[in-house]
Amino acid sequence: MKLPSLREVATEARLLLIGIPVFLWTMIPIYHMFLFAISPKEDAFSGKLWPDHPTLHNFEIVFKQQHYFLRDFYVQFWNSTLIAAAVGVLTLFIATAAAFSISRLKVPGGRMVLNLALFTYFIPAAFLAVPMYRTMGNYGLLNNHWSLILAMVTIASPYAIWVLKQASDKLPVELDEAAVMDGATTLQIFRLVYLPLMMPSLVAIGTYAVLLAWNEYLYAFLLLSNDRQITLPVALGNFLAADDSPWELLMTTGFIYALPPAAVYYAFRRYMVGGLTAGAVKS
Amino acid sequence: MAITLSGDQSIPAPPLSSRLTPAQVWGIVLLAPYLLVFLAFVVYPVCYGLWLARAPSNYVALYNDPIFARAAVNTLIFLVIGINIKMLIALFLSGFFAQQRTWIKWLSVIFILPWAVPSIPTILSVRFMLNPEWGVISHLIFSFTGDDGPNWLNDPTVALTMAIGVHIWKSLPFWTLILITGRLAIAHDLFEAAEVDGASWWQKFRYITWPSMQTLYVTCTLLSMIWTLGDFNSVYLLTGGGPADLTHVLSTLGIRYLRLDQLSLAMASIVCAMPFVLPLVYFMMKRLSR
Repeated sequence: MKLPSLREVATEARLLLIGIPVFLWTMIPIYHMFLFAISPKEDAFSGKLWPDHPTLHNFEIVFKQQHYFLRDFYVQFWNSTLIAAAVGVLTLFIATAAAFSISRLKVPGGRMVLNLALFTYFIPAAFLAVPMYRTMGNYGLLNNHWSLILAMVTIASPYAIWVLKQASDKLPVELDEAAVMDGATTLQIFRLVYLPLMMPSLVAIGTYAVLLAWNEYLYAFLLLSNDRQITLPVALGNFLAADDSPWELLMTTGFIYALPPAAVYYAFRRYMVGGLTAGAVKS
Repeated sequence: MAITLSGDQSIPAPPLSSRLTPAQVWGIVLLAPYLLVFLAFVVYPVCYGLWLARAPSNYVALYNDPIFARAAVNTLIFLVIGINIKMLIALFLSGFFAQQRTWIKWLSVIFILPWAVPSIPTILSVRFMLNPEWGVISHLIFSFTGDDGPNWLNDPTVALTMAIGVHIWKSLPFWTLILITGRLAIAHDLFEAAEVDGASWWQKFRYITWPSMQTLYVTCTLLSMIWTLGDFNSVYLLTGGGPADLTHVLSTLGIRYLRLDQLSLAMASIVCAMPFVLPLVYFMMKRLSR
């Protein structure tokens, strides 16, 4: 075995000098959340770095809904799931149809619609929240899941259309032409040629929309207020309403809430990094 | 087309359906769902909001509200200082993560966690860490120095700094990832040639890395600034705008007015941000639709 030279050791040490702070910086808030989830209340509030008696009791309380703040945990979990799934499906449907129309069918005015969508994408969502809240009131949708679903579809679609349009443009035109020669109708081209080829981008965009909806706090908290209508992040925010909030339960619920998106993210990372970063910034 | 436009009715224009190919008809049908969503949930709310904010008295009221001025300044600090620090760190870390090492590869998988997990529980986690009585940071300060730690979130400057820190924690992985992509696109033989010529790391950065990345870097910085204008969570969940409404930014201020039932003020505060947002958006669109 060859001993590393002094220079190699120095380089490695320098890299570690960056890597260790990066690791700590990244992990501390997440570890802190985990620590609370496995600590009994006394340990959590005493500032220990590891509890004397680690326990899963907090999870038991959450899963059995044994606390005032948690009495609708399953309903809220289900609300989050349902809304995220609906946003994923609707966004995929709307954005794929629009991207196909603009990129493959070259619909008149498509370029303008794309620019409008891009414009919406750049306007910060928090600015649209105020008029959106009022609009949903006018439509009579406040406190109805559809308000949040439609709002999130509105926010997710522009980016989805844009990424899917970019991906569509890369598919060779000859494929469509060949299909037309064989007598395929437009819908058959869409279903049999276009959709299968677009699968990787569709997975990325579907994941993007689902995560966006699952993680959304601001719109959910404006549009839904009834305890049995709200999603999990709003329920987490509601914990803060009391002065003596059960922080260990808040963190446990937060930990459970954070697991599905993290798992989805890592499962689809391959698609996410390729599909989304390529669209996010074209240099 | 010219004939119909001139108003000559003696030659009727062909009916719409015969002028369009079936593919174009399908194009319009498939585009319709998005157009409906756009009209119902973007055009209508924006027009309605502008109409609500039309009275000049709203802007006088905003001008006289010290919280608005403070929020505008906070937003500028957030954008100009916060984002530039974040992007510089991202640029630096992109160089670190571009190193070929197994442990750095694993670290990059962990590094992406803040981006992958929802922001609410992690921001609340930071909030509790900073709790002056029970938070772990105050406990650590007490056990090392015997003094009570500062009351972090009760000082507007510190609280805003912490909110910027939370924002950086959350979005640093995303921008680093994008800058890594940019860095890996640089031809490797350029660095090898520079190595042969005995260039220092600074010369390599100055004459190879930076020239190939500067467009991407500026684009990312602008994009991050636009998006950060809408970063509601970092401020709202950490400080709630407090103490004494001194740490609001424009996105939380709008919601604050909304909660106080001052909808027209909420809209007016957003309209006031538009002179800053629209040029940035215009510039970004120019860049991206080249």
